[in-house]
Amino acid sequence: MPPALPVSPRVVVLAGGLSHERDVSIRSGRRVADALRTAGVDVTVHDVDADLVPALSETRPDLVWPLLHGASGEDGSVRDVLELLTLRSVGTGPRASRIAWSKPIAKTSVTRAGLATPEFVTLPQSLFRELGANRILDAVVDKLGLPLVVKPSRGGSALGVTLVHAAEDLPRAMVACFAYSDTALIERAVQGTEVAVSVVELDGRPVALPAVEVVTDGPYDYDARYNPGRTEYFSPARLSTELASRAADVAVAAHQALGLRHLSRTDLIIDDDGRPWFLEVNVAPGMTETSLFPQAAEAGGHDLPTLYRTIVEGALAQD
Amino acid sequence: MTAESRPDELTSGPLPTSAASGTRLDRWIGSYADRTHGMRASEIRALFAVANRPEVVSLAGGMPCLDVLPMDVLSELTQRVVATRGAVALQYGSGQGDEGLREQILEVMRLEGIQAHPDDVVVTTGSQQALDLVTRLFINPGDVVVAEAPSYVGALGVFRAYQADVVHTPLDADGLIPEALEATLADLARQGRRVKFLYTVPNFHNPAGVTLSLERRPRILEICARYDVLVLEDNPYGLLGFEGDPLPAMRSMDDEGVIYLGSFSKTFAPGYRVGWAVAPHAIREKLVLASESAILCPSNASQLAISAYLSTFDWRGQIKQFRELYRERRDAMIGALSEHLPDATWTVPDGGFYTWVKLPDGLDAKAMLPRAVTARVAYVPGTAFYFNGQGTDHVRLSFCYPTPERIREGVRRLAGVVQGESELVSLFGTGGGVPGDSVQAPGPDLA
Repeated sequence: MPPALPVSPRVVVLAGGLSHERDVSIRSGRRVADALRTAGVDVTVHDVDADLVPALSETRPDLVWPLLHGASGEDGSVRDVLELLTLRSVGTGPRASRIAWSKPIAKTSVTRAGLATPEFVTLPQSLFRELGANRILDAVVDKLGLPLVVKPSRGGSALGVTLVHAAEDLPRAMVACFAYSDTALIERAVQGTEVAVSVVELDGRPVALPAVEVVTDGPYDYDARYNPGRTEYFSPARLSTELASRAADVAVAAHQALGLRHLSRTDLIIDDDGRPWFLEVNVAPGMTETSLFPQAAEAGGHDLPTLYRTIVEGALAQD
Repeated sequence: MTAESRPDELTSGPLPTSAASGTRLDRWIGSYADRTHGMRASEIRALFAVANRPEVVSLAGGMPCLDVLPMDVLSELTQRVVATRGAVALQYGSGQGDEGLREQILEVMRLEGIQAHPDDVVVTTGSQQALDLVTRLFINPGDVVVAEAPSYVGALGVFRAYQADVVHTPLDADGLIPEALEATLADLARQGRRVKFLYTVPNFHNPAGVTLSLERRPRILEICARYDVLVLEDNPYGLLGFEGDPLPAMRSMDDEGVIYLGSFSKTFAPGYRVGWAVAPHAIREKLVLASESAILCPSNASQLAISAYLSTFDWRGQIKQFRELYRERRDAMIGALSEHLPDATWTVPDGGFYTWVKLPDGLDAKAMLPRAVTARVAYVPGTAFYFNGQGTDHVRLSFCYPTPERIREGVRRLAGVVQGESELVSLFGTGGGVPGDSVQAPGPDLA
């Protein structure tokens, strides 16, 4: 028997933290908190700082919703602490978070589940130190071809991500990447339609929301993501029913293969042959004014406050 | 999943509704003025979001240290202003500013040799507003502003907003170089380009830390007069010198060719948002009209509070205390740089808030910033202080806000960051920067 649901659940939204995406997290947290309040949920927002554990221990909220992007917010460690405190939370548990947070490990895991992901290599900075840079980079270009995408093996908001068209631009991209992470993921850049498919569990079952297509006048970088106007979003994406359904299947399959919980967002490229390529998955998808998850929810006919309350209730009912 | 699908499926299949047109999440996207087109949501500004967390030593912002202000006295003063002059303090006031305060501002400016009449002074909402008003009065899109290389980021932002073209002219340890300025102006004249004014921070420059020498001041004025170029003298730090008396302001040497900007933000407190402009008669008239159309009038509450402070408190003694505080912090900064960053070079300021540091060869300050944030230290990359993407190898470090101990810790962390980045750069034979980036600096509240 699931425990009886509180009439007005007390939820603590975690936002902020010390990651490179603090700013995005604060905005996501504020949006979700506002929506939950509209839906009659008793919400407080807390930063991840020295006061957090005492505050949670004292107030014992019904549920914690971490809207933390980057570092401890997504790598599972904050989830570990919530488990230690025996507090229930929205989103993926610590072990699965750890896997999803590492882009190369997530890619390998979904490949095992039969999904296609662009060919890639994972290279720690220490390796370049030991073996020298030029030979390795030459071998990467020989193997994967051009263009390439260089990205930090962990992290979001496209921070440290570079699309490399010419081999001579690769070293600069590596330096930019290593400023964010000590390990780089270099993958073949797939040309095609860029879409994000959000997944939300309804009645315990993962459901794909309509795919959102992203069209930018350049890379879908930090500015394109958070400065309204630079990016044109199509929600639902301009895909045939069949392609939309394939994209949805990939996102649900990734959600399940990686053991994700409650909600996730999978970023895909659908190539010119109609093949969906898994790029990465987000266990804590952005919830800002310009983020993809809320757009997908609205495209799917969901009222955000109601949907977020449904997620809260689902999480409360689960254990 | 299959690979058999053909591209035409993208259009031939049934399309869901509403797919024909996308959204840019801004229904007014077609309505913005041209001047907004350069505005960007930079990842660098996002990185500064962590700078106000206590774990991070921020050497980035320019917030004055207010710990030494007599808060009890100010509290009593504010109370008295409301009790005795509340009906004035809380009412609209003169567009030019409170006359009593303008008299007192003359007294402040006399410390730097300026003789003026209260009618010459226009009180503004911080000197930043004066900067905006002057630019509004003089700049048509494409007009040239000549500014130091590097130059104050907040001024560059204003110039950009009015679609000015900024041409930089170099500095050395004695400030603007007269010969270089002359060459710049001659070159622009040859190109037939109209220079509207020279923007300069002569004392304890932001970000460079240097001061225009006494000997050069009349030379700069003479060159500008010869080329018919107005001088915009921005002087927020002039009274915060660590040694000796303040140098005479450029305005004290030329009443007609200089607009002078002053501020209480650094010598008292920025929260009041009170600054001022002193301008030649005709310009001042227009400044008042422009200010009235922008804000109607500066805050009476702030003006009367400052006026009460100036008339009842030993404000000169307070400035002396600030100078001693900042001198100690400057010493901590320079000492820590010498100890931890032997491969960098820096300016040693005789006052103000900042030192300008050149990183070891090959490093790109903007590309390095995420690494610094990870190491819990923040600075402003040098590109913020140029109009054209220069300054990649420089950082501005401020010593105004953190304690000496925190400054030393911050520089120690920065040294680790520089070392890590240097290793990367030598590994890959290149920095990580993208050339030609726009102005990027933290908001004013991020120390």
